[in-house]
Amino acid sequence: MTRNASPAAKAGTQRRGAEMAPVASGAVSPAFAAELAGVHDLAARIGRQIQLMEVCGTHTVSIFRSGLRSLLPPNVRLVSGPGCPVCVTAQRHIDAAIRLGTIPDTLIATYGDMVRVPGAMGSLQEQRGRGADVRVVTSARAALHLAGLFPDRHVVFLGVGFETTAPATAAVVLEARRLGIGNFTVLAAHKLVVPAMLALLAGGRVRLDGFLCPGHVSIITGADAYRPVVERFRMPCVVAGFEPLGILRALSALLRQVQAGAARLENEYSVAVSASGNQVARRLIEEVFETAAAPWRALGEIPESGLRFRPAFRSFDALERFGIVLGEDEDHAGCRCGEVICGTVLPTECRLFGSVCTPLRPLGPCMVSSEGTCSAWYKYGTPPAARAPALEAV
Amino acid sequence: MHTVMTSRTHSDGRITLAHGGGGELMGHLIQEHILSALGNPALDVLTDGAVLRSGTSRIVLTTDSFVVQPLEFPGGDIGRLAVCGTVNDLAVMGGRPLALSLGLIIEEGLEIDRLDRMLRSIAGAASEAGVAVVTGDTKVIERSTGGGLMLNTAGVAALDDGVHLGFDRVRAGDVVLINGPIGDHGMAVMSVRHGLEFETEIVSDAAPLNGLIQSVLLAGIDVHFMRDATRGGLAGVLADVSERTGMSMEVHESRIPFRRATRAAAEMLGFDLLSVANEGKVVLVVGADDAGRCLSVLRQHALGRQAAAIGTLAAGTVPMVELVTTTGGRRVVQRPYGEELPRIC
Repeated sequence: MTRNASPAAKAGTQRRGAEMAPVASGAVSPAFAAELAGVHDLAARIGRQIQLMEVCGTHTVSIFRSGLRSLLPPNVRLVSGPGCPVCVTAQRHIDAAIRLGTIPDTLIATYGDMVRVPGAMGSLQEQRGRGADVRVVTSARAALHLAGLFPDRHVVFLGVGFETTAPATAAVVLEARRLGIGNFTVLAAHKLVVPAMLALLAGGRVRLDGFLCPGHVSIITGADAYRPVVERFRMPCVVAGFEPLGILRALSALLRQVQAGAARLENEYSVAVSASGNQVARRLIEEVFETAAAPWRALGEIPESGLRFRPAFRSFDALERFGIVLGEDEDHAGCRCGEVICGTVLPTECRLFGSVCTPLRPLGPCMVSSEGTCSAWYKYGTPPAARAPALEAV
Repeated sequence: MHTVMTSRTHSDGRITLAHGGGGELMGHLIQEHILSALGNPALDVLTDGAVLRSGTSRIVLTTDSFVVQPLEFPGGDIGRLAVCGTVNDLAVMGGRPLALSLGLIIEEGLEIDRLDRMLRSIAGAASEAGVAVVTGDTKVIERSTGGGLMLNTAGVAALDDGVHLGFDRVRAGDVVLINGPIGDHGMAVMSVRHGLEFETEIVSDAAPLNGLIQSVLLAGIDVHFMRDATRGGLAGVLADVSERTGMSMEVHESRIPFRRATRAAAEMLGFDLLSVANEGKVVLVVGADDAGRCLSVLRQHALGRQAAAIGTLAAGTVPMVELVTTTGGRRVVQRPYGEELPRIC
């Protein structure tokens, strides 16, 4: 199969369409084709290798699932960043979650991906096989609801995720306090995106030409949250939505900045993202949590990058309630998830990728999570022959 | 070295829910455990039902168990599923369903009114399919999760002369068709399970497909292979066809029918619609010469109004399903690997 056809040929026509006689093929939208042509034109004019980081796991998946990745110019390389909630969760928090699951009469309520991440004592899924009560919820509210349904058990909600999920956790904690619900606590491991982006740049491990900034997170934080990234590191930042056309527009905007040698903050998702974000959600976070240093997978402890309970809410802290002390981070030997989320290696450069680490038996969180970079590469990636060459690290 | 590395995540010698997810893990369970103990020529082919000979005639036998939670969901319930699932397994083998059995495993505490509703639903679906429940069994078990009801159905069908279906009949150049929009069943169940409400209600597509399939076979269309796209979704069936025939397949996303509300729900939870379960969708593989006629026959039936030809097979170098996306890009389609979980943000 040819993969080096011109972008116009790829986007504008369906190859081999004539063989598919029974129905007419759908054409690619003119707006998309024009934007793609623009991206190729800009990339050609820039000439050199350009490396852009999509911070958010949902972008990673969308870029793969839509086939966008296969359409980009060869000198535009996208690397994934620390934006998959499960992937950035430090092993010590995952081990603590699994330990909480072994305590009699506890019920672990968790977002789906956390169930499969392996820890020192196996995954929560395996604990469930041994009798632990582990339930997948799609909202913090559903977790609180479980506490009402099972008054004899203690419900521990695994509070992972970024600014997107933290407000919901804060809201149910306030609700639990108002209703006097005593059998509900939270393993508070929420994280903030911007401090991680700053730490990544400060560490100087990866050379980047710009950030494709998350859509959902920015709805809460507002686009202005990325100003420090632009100002302190002169790094182009463009906020993007999740439709392929929106992502492409944001990539165009980044390339225009690269070509002009500019570093600006642009918002290509203004339909949902304002400059200052969702004030209600931000106040909820502010009321229940305070920022604190937090451990990240691979990035280590980053100042002001995590959310811990304010003293008035410590009774909702699952670690405190059960006297669990966070241990050491023992990542799986050979697993390069840490480098993958820093954008310094591609999944295919990990020795374990696709051989011993597969979605079937994931060894690292980037293969577990549906938002994980390795999982996206494995599920939607082009065959090895067409994969991008090893990337430039500094 | 690898043994040591995998031992930590090797599910500890116990069954996990993912073993039942219809993905790769379940494939391992069937291959390494069930077939190694029970294997025989009729079972080993792992088709939707077994083809048995009696004198000169052929019959198809199949069985399926149903443990869906919740018991009722928009567009169906466990009773309707139990009939449709078995009827469809017989129908995609090319069989004309003759009769069904029904096993009821009832948990202590189930409301009798609810049981009656399920039984009425079974009767309704059986009548739609034109097949009767002719034998059965009833057991009551102690209360556990309060889940209520599990069903097993088995069915037999007559396989008419001249009907020959199988991976071995698939040829390069064959066209892949589907009878309508994908993902409705999985997202209907998921939206109830997760308490999600959408502006447009998502309704399961559970339906007996034997009438639709017979209309295709009676029109004289030489179908090479058929399978209902249940757990594992369309992706699971496409990956199977490619893997078992050793051919590559090119599928066009823009031709795959779907409902807007269903896709929106799938995107919200982070699911790939191609991997979401259906209960009234059949994937057909026919020769290119027959594809146009097959499509028009499908579209004449109420369950095939939105039928579409979605892809073609080619004698590729690697057995792989490639999706040409609506952006004109390309990506690989793989069999889902187990329990699909909603995403976090």
